[in-house]
Amino acid sequence: MAKYITKRIIYLIITLFIIASVTFFLMKFLPGTPFSNEERLTIEQREILNAKYGLDQPIPVQYMNYMVNIVKGDLGVSFQFENQPVMDLLMNRMGPSLQLGVQAMIIGTIIGVALGVLAAMFQNTWIDYGSTFLAILGKSIPSFVLAALLQYYIGVKLELLPVASWNSFSSSILPTIALACFPIATAARFMRTELIEVFGSDYITLAKAKGNSRGEVAVKHAIRNALIPLITVLGPMAVGLMTGSMVVEKVFAVPGIGEQFVKSIMTNDFPIIMGTTLFFAFLLTVIILIIDILYGIIDPRIRLNGGDK
Amino acid sequence: MNREEEIKEIPKEQFEPAPIDHEGAERLEKPQLSFMKDAWLRVRKNKAAIVSLIILALVVLMAIIGPHLSGHDGYAQDVSKSNLPPRVPVLENMGIFDGTQKIGGEEVNKYEQMNIEEYYWFGTDSLGRDLFTRVWLGTRVSLYIAVLAAAIDMLVGVIYGLVSGFKGGRTDNVMQRILEVISGIPNLIVVILMLLILKPGIMSITIAMVITGWIGMARVVRGQVLKLKDQEYILASRTLGAKNNRLLFKHLLPNLSGVIIINTMFTIPSAIFFEAFLSFIGIGLQAPAASLGTLIEDGYKTFQFLPHLMIIPCILICVILIVCNLIGDGLRDAFDPKMRD
Repeated sequence: MAKYITKRIIYLIITLFIIASVTFFLMKFLPGTPFSNEERLTIEQREILNAKYGLDQPIPVQYMNYMVNIVKGDLGVSFQFENQPVMDLLMNRMGPSLQLGVQAMIIGTIIGVALGVLAAMFQNTWIDYGSTFLAILGKSIPSFVLAALLQYYIGVKLELLPVASWNSFSSSILPTIALACFPIATAARFMRTELIEVFGSDYITLAKAKGNSRGEVAVKHAIRNALIPLITVLGPMAVGLMTGSMVVEKVFAVPGIGEQFVKSIMTNDFPIIMGTTLFFAFLLTVIILIIDILYGIIDPRIRLNGGDK
Repeated sequence: MNREEEIKEIPKEQFEPAPIDHEGAERLEKPQLSFMKDAWLRVRKNKAAIVSLIILALVVLMAIIGPHLSGHDGYAQDVSKSNLPPRVPVLENMGIFDGTQKIGGEEVNKYEQMNIEEYYWFGTDSLGRDLFTRVWLGTRVSLYIAVLAAAIDMLVGVIYGLVSGFKGGRTDNVMQRILEVISGIPNLIVVILMLLILKPGIMSITIAMVITGWIGMARVVRGQVLKLKDQEYILASRTLGAKNNRLLFKHLLPNLSGVIIINTMFTIPSAIFFEAFLSFIGIGLQAPAASLGTLIEDGYKTFQFLPHLMIIPCILICVILIVCNLIGDGLRDAFDPKMRD
């Protein structure tokens, strides 16, 4: 186990190093400069700006500085927002994104598991078909389409919930629904398949033979075992939530990391783009690593020989 | 009535002795089915997949002929006819799609006010371009990108997986380590970074998606090759002197076709989604080119006043994604009943 974890962490560091390098060099090749209205700046002014942000040094030196700073946790300063360190900007905007992500994850998993359990217990009835249909819808409809439609019908037409504001819990309801759709679908599909398999196993037959009722067998024996592998879909779920957060935050004007990222792409704010990219990459790789390790601890049946499953 | 009585009631004449014919007993009553025929028979039973297949065929057909149907050009701008609501010939008499819209709480018909004789089935956008034509042009672009990306993913993934799995040993080891590192990079990030340096366009979006897209295919193919290459029929063929090429293309590839088709079928919707996603955050296709994503993005800007500009492309993209997923599910169940996720 220790060997496996060490190996995974080394891979993680290599991956992050590659991402950081690639991000840096890509940004250097980008067309356009971050200084808006650059035509109006005189050459001297531009030189002063370049010197201020260290853009006048040779690229290898810039690369070294960048790498050293990253390790220190310093992601540079934003061009766009007056000299604010990217790290501070990210931390300031972490709250709403985290809140939405966690809410969507919890709601999504609970509803998804419930749907999946119902579908498996009433296999091949209308409950099953309905739940499967919902799961297909959730998997298929892009989060930004759902977000835009929710905003139009529930926010603008019915005026039930606030749109494009961020001041109370009620303004987080619509974005959470838009984000939760994907986790619901993933969890529901997964639980259904997993439970159907468990229902066919010998120990369930034994539990039934002992005279337990259907509900008892499902709750006490089947669901518990089916829940363990659910951990494996948490990784793809996190990826989906992160993708979704960008567009959903854009639609509902949530002051989160995703919204800022989309804005920075528009304004060529390199440090924020690089910083957010690295931050997302770091978060995702660490989440996936934790999930893999957790799974190994909880379910000793899986072999941890090299990450190939 | 219990079972014994039931059996007694069957008259004896209905029984006849079975012929003792060993050759006859061995004969196969049904025609032998090839792999594909067998899969098709099973897909055919899946009603959702069949309906989806028909809808997808219609969408593809409309993507080909749709832009020519309404008689309006998808790129010609005519500001005098901008922001018109949908108006459809027969339906307008029934009170829907008659060209009326609410402006400031009042119901007005822009067609009557401005004496416009033409019918714009889906209305027009802010530059007076026909939405019907543009939606199908957009569908064409979205489908094109998706199919292209899926095809390249398939090609790269299958070759990588075949080589890695078949060669084995050190080659496999090195190739797998490379794959592990690449797969650690979230594809969203790669795609966004690539699009920031490449000039946005159909090719660059496809390339950006392919960079990480082939990994899933490579993994599945390698896994299958590892499983298949030690089976007896491969050994038999090798004993008979078959070269590697023959083993790969004659024996392994046909047995892999199931997983390859399923995987490709799931790549297509995810590529459509990604393209729309990128367009929506503003780094996808640039004007005047239209894809479903850019249409949704354009429509989103004015959706409070002109909801049809956003809702129509939204519905279309949802329909395409849903049918693609249903077909994918159907194919997966048909090719390998054990592989349901």
